[in-house]
Amino acid sequence: MEFFATALPALNEAFTLIFTPTQIGWLSVGVLLGLSVGVFPGLGGIAGLSLVLPFLYGMDPVSGLAMMVGLVAVIPTSDTFASVLMGIPGSSSSQATVLDGFPLARNGQAARALSAAFISSLFGGLFGAVILTFFIIIARPIVLAFGIPELLMLTILGFSMVGVLAGRSLLKGLVAAGLGMAFGAIGEAPAQGSPRMDFGSWYLQDGLQLVIVGLGIFAIPEIISLLRQNRPIAKDSTLGAGWMDGLRDWWTARWLSLRCACIGVIVGVIPGLGGSVVDWIAYGHTVQTTRDREKFGKGEIRGVIGPESSNNAKEGGGLVPTLLFGIPGSGSMAVFIGGLILLGHEAGPQMVTTNLPLTYTVVWSLAFANVIGAGLCLFLSGSIARLTTIHFPLLVPFLFMMIAFAAFQAKQTLWDLAALVAIGLVGIFMRRFDWPRPAFLIGFVLAHQAEAYTNQLTQITITRFGRSLSEGLGYIFSPVVITIFVITVVSVWLGARQNKQIHADTGDPFHWRKTPPIVMCSLITVFFAVMFVDSIHVEVLSDKVFPIVVTGIACLGSSIILLKMFRASVTDPIFADGELQGEDANAPHGLWSMLFWFLSLLVLTAIFGFVIALSLFFVLFLRLHAQINWLRIIILMTFGLAGILFLAGVLNRDFPPGLLQEFVELPWPFGGR
Amino acid sequence: MKIFKKPIGWAAVIAATTLTGAIVNPATAELNLAGKTVEFVIPFSTGGGSDKWARFFAPLLSEALPGKPTVVVKNMPGAGSTKGANWFHSRAKGDGLTIFGSSGSTQFPYILGDRRVKYDYRDWQVVLGTATGGVAYMSPEMVSKWKKDPNSIKGTKFIFGSQGATRLDLIPILAWQMLGLTVDPVFGVKSRGTGRLMFERGEANIDYQTAPAFLSKVRPLVKAGKAAPMMTWGALDADGNIVRDPTFPNVPTFKEEYKRVNGKDPSGPAWEAWKAFFIAGFAAQKMVFLPKSASKEVVSTYTNAFKRVVARADFGKISKKRLGVYPQATGAQAVKYKTLATEVDPKAVAWVKKWLTDRFGVKLK
Repeated sequence: MEFFATALPALNEAFTLIFTPTQIGWLSVGVLLGLSVGVFPGLGGIAGLSLVLPFLYGMDPVSGLAMMVGLVAVIPTSDTFASVLMGIPGSSSSQATVLDGFPLARNGQAARALSAAFISSLFGGLFGAVILTFFIIIARPIVLAFGIPELLMLTILGFSMVGVLAGRSLLKGLVAAGLGMAFGAIGEAPAQGSPRMDFGSWYLQDGLQLVIVGLGIFAIPEIISLLRQNRPIAKDSTLGAGWMDGLRDWWTARWLSLRCACIGVIVGVIPGLGGSVVDWIAYGHTVQTTRDREKFGKGEIRGVIGPESSNNAKEGGGLVPTLLFGIPGSGSMAVFIGGLILLGHEAGPQMVTTNLPLTYTVVWSLAFANVIGAGLCLFLSGSIARLTTIHFPLLVPFLFMMIAFAAFQAKQTLWDLAALVAIGLVGIFMRRFDWPRPAFLIGFVLAHQAEAYTNQLTQITITRFGRSLSEGLGYIFSPVVITIFVITVVSVWLGARQNKQIHADTGDPFHWRKTPPIVMCSLITVFFAVMFVDSIHVEVLSDKVFPIVVTGIACLGSSIILLKMFRASVTDPIFADGELQGEDANAPHGLWSMLFWFLSLLVLTAIFGFVIALSLFFVLFLRLHAQINWLRIIILMTFGLAGILFLAGVLNRDFPPGLLQEFVELPWPFGGR
Repeated sequence: MKIFKKPIGWAAVIAATTLTGAIVNPATAELNLAGKTVEFVIPFSTGGGSDKWARFFAPLLSEALPGKPTVVVKNMPGAGSTKGANWFHSRAKGDGLTIFGSSGSTQFPYILGDRRVKYDYRDWQVVLGTATGGVAYMSPEMVSKWKKDPNSIKGTKFIFGSQGATRLDLIPILAWQMLGLTVDPVFGVKSRGTGRLMFERGEANIDYQTAPAFLSKVRPLVKAGKAAPMMTWGALDADGNIVRDPTFPNVPTFKEEYKRVNGKDPSGPAWEAWKAFFIAGFAAQKMVFLPKSASKEVVSTYTNAFKRVVARADFGKISKKRLGVYPQATGAQAVKYKTLATEVDPKAVAWVKKWLTDRFGVKLK
């Protein structure tokens, strides 16, 4: 009752504050900016908010808040376009959407997938806003209940999703996750900053960025594969199902959507877990709770609804620790806090105790922004889905341009592109030899926190046990830890059972070639071995234990796979090879010649800088590969260049420089640093 | 919601007018930057402390520079800020269109001789120095015990959530050690905010925050009886002595506490090292630089512009919330800050390196 006495008047006051033409106007500005920025892969809340920061200074706090919240709220809505239509993860929180969204687009059901995604986003966003309303008043003790043991247990729960997403072979899934963790462990160690596997390069010392790993593992293999098959994204250039089907699909799966929205809110509320796992947990949950699991990864609409419901809900949840504790749950929330200060407010407990109406304007903005954003996207989805019917080679220069620009946002050097190509190769071969890529990504995303939390927990636990036995036990085995533990066990059990089912029905024997998969697996084993040796040479103890354990176990795992391979018969699915069976096997173009095109963009950039290289690439690719006439080449190139220059100009970004720029000073956009 | 509407004290207005009158020296030629864009390069990503600091100054600087150029903040993160600093050192031009914001995290690797450092502060020309402070705090019970009898908590095992021993956290960890407290840092904490959350959850039982964060985030805890300030690191006076922090005049400094505990003023290599790193990390935490090649004209243009910013009638008011009440050093005072923060006695550096190796196994090459 007390809640209603404080919350309702504040909610009401906030409503009158926000529901004026001016505020709605600012909110719409934010939403439009958020949608435009979110459409570009690699650009998210951070880029969008940085764009508006200079204008916030001296603005009316309600208008400023409305604009910022509007912007942040719709990014997980519009990033769906890239994930579904092009197979490029639009941002870190919609990576799982790619898994089923893109196959749907390839089946000509892009409009259906998009509308299901947007309605799920809308629902998730509204759900997040509602939860935020009630939760923010009582959340403090709940957020404080999540200490390091609880966070570590949640990280383990995240890892358990590997079991669900492993696909045909659990062992392969585990090794893939280990590979992801090993990639995540490259660079400065979280505890004492010892360098690991960086070969003295400052680029690797900072660790690989999620944007690049996501693009390399998911987007590049798909784009190269489509390019090889030389066909539009949508098979037969048709758009089968319309957007009404998507709405119907969502209604059928409404309970799934609700559950995933809950997952989103919970992950968002807990600071320290990071937003990039939320879609994976939601996806894993979706797979677990779906009876017919055969269609996942091939175009199951539930695989779109689950993650999309969760990632918008996460933003609402994520505002709880941001506003209550001033602890940003993500990079964009850090900028959001900076923006609040510019508006004259400091995030923290006083936001809720003394400034509740202002806090609730955030809630309202969140709700309205989701409605406007999802509405606009739904409205546009039918026509934008037509992109998937275009002759694919015409899209390729644009896609490469967007991916390269997105990757370049990570560290703004040419090395970003080199890393993208390298990880893209890893992704291509993982795809070819059926190593589960989601498992890799989960391992990568969780590596850092798994290591930091394990170290911290060990240290604190020792101190607690030093005080008394009961204090130590009470610290590790809190009710929250036990609850998450039970959930994890159930999840692993469900995953294991499901894997058996899939194993049972692999039918017709196919004669594979043994050598290529064995080479792949050997390379992985060697990588682990190298990293293992490197880790042993790390000087500080707390910085070496984690990589030694991970690479040691993973090396053992991949050795077992190798051993199995030597013994197995050629019909064993362990030798699965996309070049022998499946759509790539019948592709008219070879892998290397298509990969060469992407490499050429990198090499050209290294010589001439990005802008000149891109122009050359447009001409060369469209002329030599797509073989279209000069007029169309010029039109397409102008379009592409104008777009990317405008974007970079507005965001005040430079392009990667090449050798040329070392010797000649060129003005923006040709020059760079 | 009324931010700038309170009346300003007359004293401030008068002081500001006199100052403005005094500093604008007609003899110095000034650069006209009308229609130009100045890039304020920050070697950290968006949203961090340095970024906020730069974004606070950017619009003010734009107004104060002759010709009112656009001042944009350009983030160039990487390699713990050494990437941006290296870039500035080797590539930035002295035409006054590029300025660089350095921070304690850029100064520490330089002092410690990190292998990634390819920049040299001696070549850079400083035009602004911003100080900040730091406050250590514990639970109110611990603080009252500590105040009554420092020996009473010397047996307590303290846990501190730390970002790393070679970072700014070096200062509290060394200070607590010098006071004879047993503090175990738990490393790998993502930010000072996360460290504070660990304190709130009871996983850590000692912590510190920089002054602005203490004001906004720990003060509510103090009011609720969940935390109490233990000591500040202090502040530097005009002669380079450590005095009480102007933002927390009632809280004793580490120096005072050391004297209370040990009966004598701190001295010796540990103290010299602590002081040097305190200055680089807090007292002269953030500085704005022009490259070596910038002419006298450019430097004086920026020096005067920052003097104008700091002398604004409303500066105290708008900066209090975002930077705390600390001196903003310009001109000769800024040069003094830079010298203190970057020219550290090699003996102190060697002592800290040995301490890092002995206590944490960290070897700096």
